[in-house]
Amino acid sequence: MRYIDPHIHMVSRTTDDYQRMAQAGCVAVTEPAFWAGFDRSSPQGFYDYYVQLTEVEPQRAAQFGIKHHCWICINPKEAEDVGFARDVIALIPQFLDKPGVLGVGEIGLNKNSKNELEILEAQIDLAAKHNQLVLVHTPHLEDKLKGTLLIMDAIANDGRIPPERVLIDHVEEHTVGHVLAKGYWAGMTLYPETKMTPQRAADVIECYGQERLWINSAGDWGCSDPLAVPKCQQEMRLRGHKPETIERISYDNPLQFLSQSERFSIE
Amino acid sequence: MPETPDPTCPLPRDAVVDRYFLEHRAKLLDVAAFLDRLDRSQAPEAADDDFRVEAMQRAIELLVDEKGDRAKRILELFSDPTPDPIPAAPMKGATGAYKEPK
Repeated sequence: MRYIDPHIHMVSRTTDDYQRMAQAGCVAVTEPAFWAGFDRSSPQGFYDYYVQLTEVEPQRAAQFGIKHHCWICINPKEAEDVGFARDVIALIPQFLDKPGVLGVGEIGLNKNSKNELEILEAQIDLAAKHNQLVLVHTPHLEDKLKGTLLIMDAIANDGRIPPERVLIDHVEEHTVGHVLAKGYWAGMTLYPETKMTPQRAADVIECYGQERLWINSAGDWGCSDPLAVPKCQQEMRLRGHKPETIERISYDNPLQFLSQSERFSIE
Repeated sequence: MPETPDPTCPLPRDAVVDRYFLEHRAKLLDVAAFLDRLDRSQAPEAADDDFRVEAMQRAIELLVDEKGDRAKRILELFSDPTPDPIPAAPMKGATGAYKEPK
């Protein structure tokens, strides 16, 4: 069955992952900018990363018939140094009009600090000024619920970006209801350990429905699974969900949200 | 008995048990073995005060209170309940449970 993985960090994956994803039905990916596992030493390091996202990865994906798109930002894990982060943000506008760039992301919070919030607000402002879609990272584990609420407050307080143009990612059972109730899109990230599993994602779909909800792998350099989306499709199939339900979660919904950007294409 | 939620899972109850029992039996044994390991550790009383172990023990109580929404309520139990941003990020990672300031 075809699918879109709308959140995966392919710069951290090997080329045969692209091959396996294509064989499993992946037709398109979108790659948010994120933390490399270490703090970059200069804004130039981010510039090079943005070139990799916008120029190198699309070519690598195309070898396997997968359309590659990306999101540009400074991630919240490198937002504690506000001066440094603002220097990086100044580089971003030159990338926003490049082919395949869908918006600003994954912005958000990590430890819910004041500095992280200041940089989040600066990037919400950036997205609003450039009329961009937004992809949001929510904190993990004990910080998620508080961070999710702070992020939605920050977007609402800015007031210029409508909820239907924002995807709030990494939702779990205690945050998905908050996100959907405010009109945002919600993403469930499937991890092999420690966080949301394909089984629990199927549970959430059964409890909260299919409206404004998608699944993704967020595959990166850590313990993660680039085939998490087809594994969740399989979980739903084995439970007896209809093919159209599975396709809606893993293909139609990402297509609907992402198509709000004129630069998204699966052709 | 808890209030019965809407039957949104397409599988019949016995099929849910057939499909998932062994997997979750093993996970339950992992928790039991972890708690046993704590008991056998050096200075096991130190673990009694660990905020993560305390949170897990409270979470285990939610598993058997028959009120439903267990996953959501356990995630809420582990969460930071404070509303305001913290002054500065002390680290990049997370511990898995909220630690109240002393």
